[in-house]
Amino acid sequence: MFSIIGPSMIGPSSSHTAGAVRIGRAARQALGEQPLEAEISLYGSFAETYRGHGTDVALVSGLLDYGTDDERIPDALSHAASAGMQVKFRAEKKPEVHPNTVSLSLGGSADRIRVKGCSIGGGNVEIVGIDRFDARFGANQPTLLVFHEDRAGMIAEMSGILLSSQVNISHMQVDRESRNGAALTVIECDQLPGSEELRRLGEIAGVRKVRLIDLSEKEGTE
Amino acid sequence: MRFSSLAQLRQLCEEEGAPIARIMMAEQARESGLSPEEIESRMASYYKVMKEAVRKGIYDNPRSRSGLTGGDAKRVHDYKAARDPSLGGEAATAMAYALAVSEVNAAMGRIIATPTAGSCGIIPGVFVSSQERFGWDDGVLVRGLFAAGAIGYVIANNSFVSGAEGGCQAEVGSAIGMAAGALVEMRGGTPEQAMHAVGLALKNSLGLICDPVAGLVEIPCIVRNGFGAVTALAAADMALAGVRSAIPSDEVIGVMLEVGSAMPEKHRETAKGGLAQTPTGRKIMKELYGKGDPS
Repeated sequence: MFSIIGPSMIGPSSSHTAGAVRIGRAARQALGEQPLEAEISLYGSFAETYRGHGTDVALVSGLLDYGTDDERIPDALSHAASAGMQVKFRAEKKPEVHPNTVSLSLGGSADRIRVKGCSIGGGNVEIVGIDRFDARFGANQPTLLVFHEDRAGMIAEMSGILLSSQVNISHMQVDRESRNGAALTVIECDQLPGSEELRRLGEIAGVRKVRLIDLSEKEGTE
Repeated sequence: MRFSSLAQLRQLCEEEGAPIARIMMAEQARESGLSPEEIESRMASYYKVMKEAVRKGIYDNPRSRSGLTGGDAKRVHDYKAARDPSLGGEAATAMAYALAVSEVNAAMGRIIATPTAGSCGIIPGVFVSSQERFGWDDGVLVRGLFAAGAIGYVIANNSFVSGAEGGCQAEVGSAIGMAAGALVEMRGGTPEQAMHAVGLALKNSLGLICDPVAGLVEIPCIVRNGFGAVTALAAADMALAGVRSAIPSDEVIGVMLEVGSAMPEKHRETAKGGLAQTPTGRKIMKELYGKGDPS
């Protein structure tokens, strides 16, 4: 019911503003740190109306780890500048799968990542791509991104670690570049995996990095 | 939830001798695993945001990010103080407050989506003005929000609450129905009267298209919130007077689904029709977006 009365948010639009904050936050968490630089490509209605809806400041707010009702959102561009974050926007002409689509290419101190997401209405989002991998998740639950090489037994080892800590997997997907090549496994969980599980997942042979996306903390669940 | 229609909700109220608000609080506690106190305190924090948005909209003179709108809430509020509004003072206050919250939304201020950001002014307009008028403590209004939430939940599950899916009737229309039903309950009406208020209100907004100029939540969204608050008061009064919705409210919700499903895409938030494509609507869009490359 708190989606009918709620969420608490900075206006003007749940899809173009609140949803954009959430995509930005998910992208930041996929990078694993606050980005130093961000190239943001907007598609469809995002490209056409982003200034009036504040989609630009909303995305950058997410990169700064603000929640959807943070009153600093309107001034996010200057906050980003003083935090040393370089941001570039591009309004793309070519159509995308969903009218409210954004692709964020982020660079941090140690890593780079590209995250593509859609705002599908009412503040709900769908992440549809990470780097060159296909993905599809709504970030409504704690979501693990495990970047690894494709080999037999990998999924069993990952799920074994989650099993041992009683984290239930609600949805799981794997995309790989090629057989035995680089792969991304996306694991949506009913419980929040702790730092111990993240560490153990990272120690699996062939796992390159592990990221946790969890948007719950700043969305009024307190 | 133990109910999916307004008729079932009303039946639950009657079986348990409880108002809509109390049924909804118990259901929400059961579904979420949170305690009733936790849920109530979250709703109370939402009501505080609504009151603050009313205050900001009237006194802080917000301008929208696009520069298209702002100041109408204050205009109506000043007019009410200086002249005798045709609506009467109380309805004019509700209208001013609804405009205020919608203007705060357009200015990137903090609001509660009820059920969406586009219709965020109606419930605060009705609730905050009624609180001042009747001297209710916050608890009455917080419980009222649960009643509104229950009604909105039924509408969302049987029809839609977003303009992109069902047009403005689904956003502003739903908010009017939610506000009207909740107001009936807060004023001591029965659950049956509250349900009639929902049907009466929804019938009045059937077919309303979503045609935002330049795609922004401003023109005509803000004034529709002002009108919406007044309509909610009217529907609540009719229901409290004993007027019934001859077509049961659940069936009216079904009509909203039928009409919204038949609505062309250009009238569902795309800014490809309606007011957005009038000569002036197009001119505004061109002035906003036509200057140079948006990058």
